[in-house]
Amino acid sequence: MELLLDSLFNGVAIGSVLLVAALGLAIVFGLMGVINLAHGELMMLGAYTTYVTQLIFKLPILKPFYNSYIIVSIFLAFIVSGVVGILLEKTIIRKLYGSPLETLLATWGVSLILQQFVRSVPLAYGTGIVISLIIGLFLPTTFTSKIKESINFKYFKFGSWILAALTGVLTGSVISSTVSKLSRASARNVDVTAPSWMRGQVEIIGNAFPKTRLMIIVITLISVIAITLFLNQSAWGMRIRAVTQNRQMSDCLGISTEKVDIITFGIGSGLAGVAGVAVSLLGSVGPNVGGNYIVGCFMVVVLGGVGNLLGTVLASFGIGIMTDLIGAGRLLSIWPDMPLPLSNTINFFATTSMARVMIFALIVIFLQFKPTGLFPQKGRMVEN
Amino acid sequence: MSLTKFKFDKKILFSFWIILIALIIAAPTLLPVFRLNLLGRYLSLSIVALGVDLIWGYTGLLSLGQGIFFALGGYCAAMYLQITSSSEFPNNIPEFFALYGVEKLPFFWEPFRSPVFTFFAIWIIPALVAGLLGFLVFRNRIKGVYFSILTQASLLVFFNFFNGQQKLINGTNGLKTDVTQLFGQMVGSESMQRLFFWLTAILVIAAWFFAKWVVKGRFGNILIGIRDDEPRVRFTGYNPVIFKTIIFSIAGALAGISGALYTVQSGIVSPQFMTVPFSIEMVIWVAVGGRGTLLGAILGAVFINYAKSLVSEALPASWMFIQGGLFILVVTALPEGVLGWIQGDGPRNVLQKFGLKRKIETYPSLEINNKEGNND
Repeated sequence: MELLLDSLFNGVAIGSVLLVAALGLAIVFGLMGVINLAHGELMMLGAYTTYVTQLIFKLPILKPFYNSYIIVSIFLAFIVSGVVGILLEKTIIRKLYGSPLETLLATWGVSLILQQFVRSVPLAYGTGIVISLIIGLFLPTTFTSKIKESINFKYFKFGSWILAALTGVLTGSVISSTVSKLSRASARNVDVTAPSWMRGQVEIIGNAFPKTRLMIIVITLISVIAITLFLNQSAWGMRIRAVTQNRQMSDCLGISTEKVDIITFGIGSGLAGVAGVAVSLLGSVGPNVGGNYIVGCFMVVVLGGVGNLLGTVLASFGIGIMTDLIGAGRLLSIWPDMPLPLSNTINFFATTSMARVMIFALIVIFLQFKPTGLFPQKGRMVEN
Repeated sequence: MSLTKFKFDKKILFSFWIILIALIIAAPTLLPVFRLNLLGRYLSLSIVALGVDLIWGYTGLLSLGQGIFFALGGYCAAMYLQITSSSEFPNNIPEFFALYGVEKLPFFWEPFRSPVFTFFAIWIIPALVAGLLGFLVFRNRIKGVYFSILTQASLLVFFNFFNGQQKLINGTNGLKTDVTQLFGQMVGSESMQRLFFWLTAILVIAAWFFAKWVVKGRFGNILIGIRDDEPRVRFTGYNPVIFKTIIFSIAGALAGISGALYTVQSGIVSPQFMTVPFSIEMVIWVAVGGRGTLLGAILGAVFINYAKSLVSEALPASWMFIQGGLFILVVTALPEGVLGWIQGDGPRNVLQKFGLKRKIETYPSLEINNKEGNND
């Protein structure tokens, strides 16, 4: 029993990282039919945001609030990755609408650029660039409608971009002069240290669980609930669901599909940033950190289908628990006296990497019976 | 594609072939060994690019897992080389086994003692793996992005498997071939490398003719049909699954041959051949060269790799930026690739813009009909 609980907890912990990472991917895939290969790099941006926030909170002014930096960084990571995602949608993905394979390749290009960007640009200036992007993209939306409708709106827009660039340069140089760790570019991995209240372990029904893992589960839970509420209760959520079901019809009924695309892509990317915070708590943060999770996210999307968020949730926990069961060879300890050939096979697959091999085989077998995942999108198109 | 394809004159074509053959024969004496070796490697990569072009450019299946078949071919060649030159090591098995305390050769190594088996294994094993994987996926009408990410996942799976099995295939260290013997000579020696260069050059040309033969005629038409409108092909009475499986195994076989040639020229095969970036790179060679044009795939593979080595020597950090930019640029601005652009209306449009060529007056409505009717 205790063993089962342990296994369940580990599986849920692995699955919750997968879930928060795959959530954004699944929503975007359901809406636009594109897979964002830069999703892993958006996670990486979230992880680096956590690192930068941590260092800034070590400054004398913010030192008293140091313990709360992880909460702040969740919101910041959401904003940073979301803004980069919106920029990506506005500049590249929109142009490739209707050709998902080309989008796949273009987003791979973006992921390469983002990886190298983190390696060769000092993080302080990276922060500056992100801040100027945020200001440049959001300042024009706060103007009054009188300005928005005037013919001079483009000059106002231009002006706000100049303001944004200046602010970016200013914050970049301020940060680089105050936090020495951020002033030089480096390809080395960095470490995020959890605040003191998150270290150590918690005891639940006689078992000790690390607090960081619990924190990740909590983050995932909140993200899933927030997204479900947003999609099912808000007006924009309804529009997103409408466009997901039938894009042309929604367009005819006056829903701005363009805006829906931007909002969805922004939220999906923002969720990747939140996943990045979770990932930064698990290990060191480097330019390649996203790549370790991205294929797992794909498997979640393939297994879960795109019709329902529940599919994503079930698929990620399913994969998480299976990874733990196979990878740690737990079946052997649950059933110690199984026949020799079977136990040999289980031993052969009892490493993390071999567990992936096994899980992929299981997923391919599963797809033979349900090719469109657990909860497919219903429709009567030829393509389905 | 437009109706009027850019066609070479017969005489020009003939002299082109003469020059090409002369260059292949002369290359080993003209180039220093290091550069010759690089050129040989890039030429062998162009064979895998041909396979990618067949499945992506002609059939519309974007596989991000060609590295699997590439590496399988490489491993087949390396296993044969290792086992035939292992007579001086303990137990008559390759040297690395001693490191992990393995005394008996794993069973699947046995057949690789035979050169005939290896000769066939290099292309048949990748083709079989590709065929099985393809059949299981295509059977369920999984396609498009789903297919791409499944191939990427299977790539990662194979990588994990080969990376983790030290006792079977030396895991992450890979199998070295440059110190092994073939026909009584070191594989890494200069004379052998020259031989491999010629072999590669001949095989590239052979693969090119083979690919041309595949896409010609009805089979090729069905492939293009699948790319442009698969349901319509199905409704006409063809079963796309069979055609997709066949073309995917052909691409796998080409990748295997390419991997074997690459392995003997680079001196090692390792799980690094199965990393995600390498397999996606193969797609960009084809995309830049021109998908749907076989020559474009070959030229793309050679030139991009050459550019990569030049840029990496000069400015190591900038290659990632350039490559990333290339991915974005080629899909947004030049979707038919360089050769496709030349063969299409590209150059004429540019000349028209500068007023160097007269605009051909046509009836726009006819033009549109023409384009729709001949959309290959």
